[in-house]
Amino acid sequence: MLEIRDLRTSYGKIAALKGVALDIKDGGLTCLLGPNGAGKTTLIWTLAAILKAQSGSIRMDGEELIGAKPHQIVSKGIVTVPENRLVFPEMSVTDNLFAGAFSRRADKIAVAQDLEEVLQRFPRLRERANQDAGTLSGGEQQMLAVARALMARPKILLLDEPSTGLAPIIVEEIFEIIGALRDEGRTIFLVEQNANMALEYADDFYLLEQGLVTFGGKPGDVDHDELIQRAYLGTRKAS
Amino acid sequence: MEFYLGLLQILGVHTLLGLSAYVVLLTGQVSMAQAGFYAVGAYVAAMCTAMFGIHILPAVIIASVSTGILAMIVGFPALRVRGLMLVVATLAFGEMVRMFFFNFRWQIERDGKLIGPNGAEGFRAIRFFPENGWETGDVALFIWCIVVIVLGLLWWVDNTRAGAVLRAVGHDEVAAQSVGLNLTTIKVAAMALGGAIAGIGGGLYAHTVTHIEHGVFGILLATFAIAYPILGGLGSVFGTLLAVIFIQGFLVEGLRFIGDWRSLLFGALILLVMNLRPTGLLGERMSPLKTLFSRKSPVVTNAKETQ
Repeated sequence: MLEIRDLRTSYGKIAALKGVALDIKDGGLTCLLGPNGAGKTTLIWTLAAILKAQSGSIRMDGEELIGAKPHQIVSKGIVTVPENRLVFPEMSVTDNLFAGAFSRRADKIAVAQDLEEVLQRFPRLRERANQDAGTLSGGEQQMLAVARALMARPKILLLDEPSTGLAPIIVEEIFEIIGALRDEGRTIFLVEQNANMALEYADDFYLLEQGLVTFGGKPGDVDHDELIQRAYLGTRKAS
Repeated sequence: MEFYLGLLQILGVHTLLGLSAYVVLLTGQVSMAQAGFYAVGAYVAAMCTAMFGIHILPAVIIASVSTGILAMIVGFPALRVRGLMLVVATLAFGEMVRMFFFNFRWQIERDGKLIGPNGAEGFRAIRFFPENGWETGDVALFIWCIVVIVLGLLWWVDNTRAGAVLRAVGHDEVAAQSVGLNLTTIKVAAMALGGAIAGIGGGLYAHTVTHIEHGVFGILLATFAIAYPILGGLGSVFGTLLAVIFIQGFLVEGLRFIGDWRSLLFGALILLVMNLRPTGLLGERMSPLKTLFSRKSPVVTNAKETQ
């Protein structure tokens, strides 16, 4: 379990996270909703240690993670699928997958097995195994980004807006994959703007507005329409 | 013949200079500091042979190690900045080095003559080669032996996981971090390796010309250093080699007969090449990561068959 308490991150003088607190429970899909500029990506980047937290704590099973370097976070099993996919465009699909296993590079046999497993899960990637990742469609690149993260054998998978810039039908496909991963008992933290889709799959959800978590609960807990309105547009008053 | 052997020497040292920028450029960093490391390498190696009577080979190694360490020290603060800011920071470093040698005086007496760096006058009489009876051809051969070793070494690095790692950082830093690459270590290592190679180049250069002075190591040289891998492309080390031959062999030396028009044509030809081949003479391809993980993985073979 990942416990985030009073997490603050800022860009210079502008505070982006103003004391975020939330829990990511083991074996479930925790979803974070929020409008543009709420600090969702900032939170992901802070968890991945790509951004430095100003203060607060991030504990994984009691162990403090603040101060760790990005590669150490990956070794601890917290693996990010960054927004806009960010595959290595001029590497082949297979090489992208191998790159995902960088933190476990010593274990060649297991890496080869995982590669087979991932290619089984994503047959489309197998078809394109030797193609440059940059030549894939947006949806395929997103699959590759998820597959690449799986190659690191994540304990917690952080997904930053996997639906960005994808056609609705592809978004559905991506969410089915996320749902399948959840059903296998994996721990997933999903940051999304697509509230409708996200709530369909989430076990728990939080609402992030202007750098603060303003609501947390289960998908059935609250009036759907109001929530979606707030997820897209935000509100001035915190409830 | 003498002329061509001399040209071969120039091509050799410039290849080393270009390769030093190539390594750093793989990680996406445009460094204008390579001429600075080259200068330090030149002075250190020259001091070793001319002032202390050390053989050229250990002298070049000493130069290379010291510039490697220097590059590492410069790397830590410099790589915190990116893009244009890094260009400015490294350019500033290069100028600092140049100004240092402009003011650097340290002469000792040897065989009744004062020898050593003498400020703006430069460092004269770096005569290891003539003193030991090396002909122009011997020197060219010696330089190219070293160039081939460095080229081979880099080519090998490029085709191992290390090369893929450098390129991954060059492509996308966030993506590289999200797969668990340690950015600082990788960038500083590339910088150190680049610095060490520039040191070798500089050390050899000093001995081929026998007289070095601060003016040679200015912005023009720094620009050449970065122009080689950009023009040659990041596909492989041979792109840089090709670019050096093209620029130094063809544009600088080969076009001498057209006199003052050369500079104009020089710029125009570079523009033309960059337009025809925007990713360089030998464009980029990624080195195969898979060969390292599993040379004969059944998975990969399957994947190839389905293609």
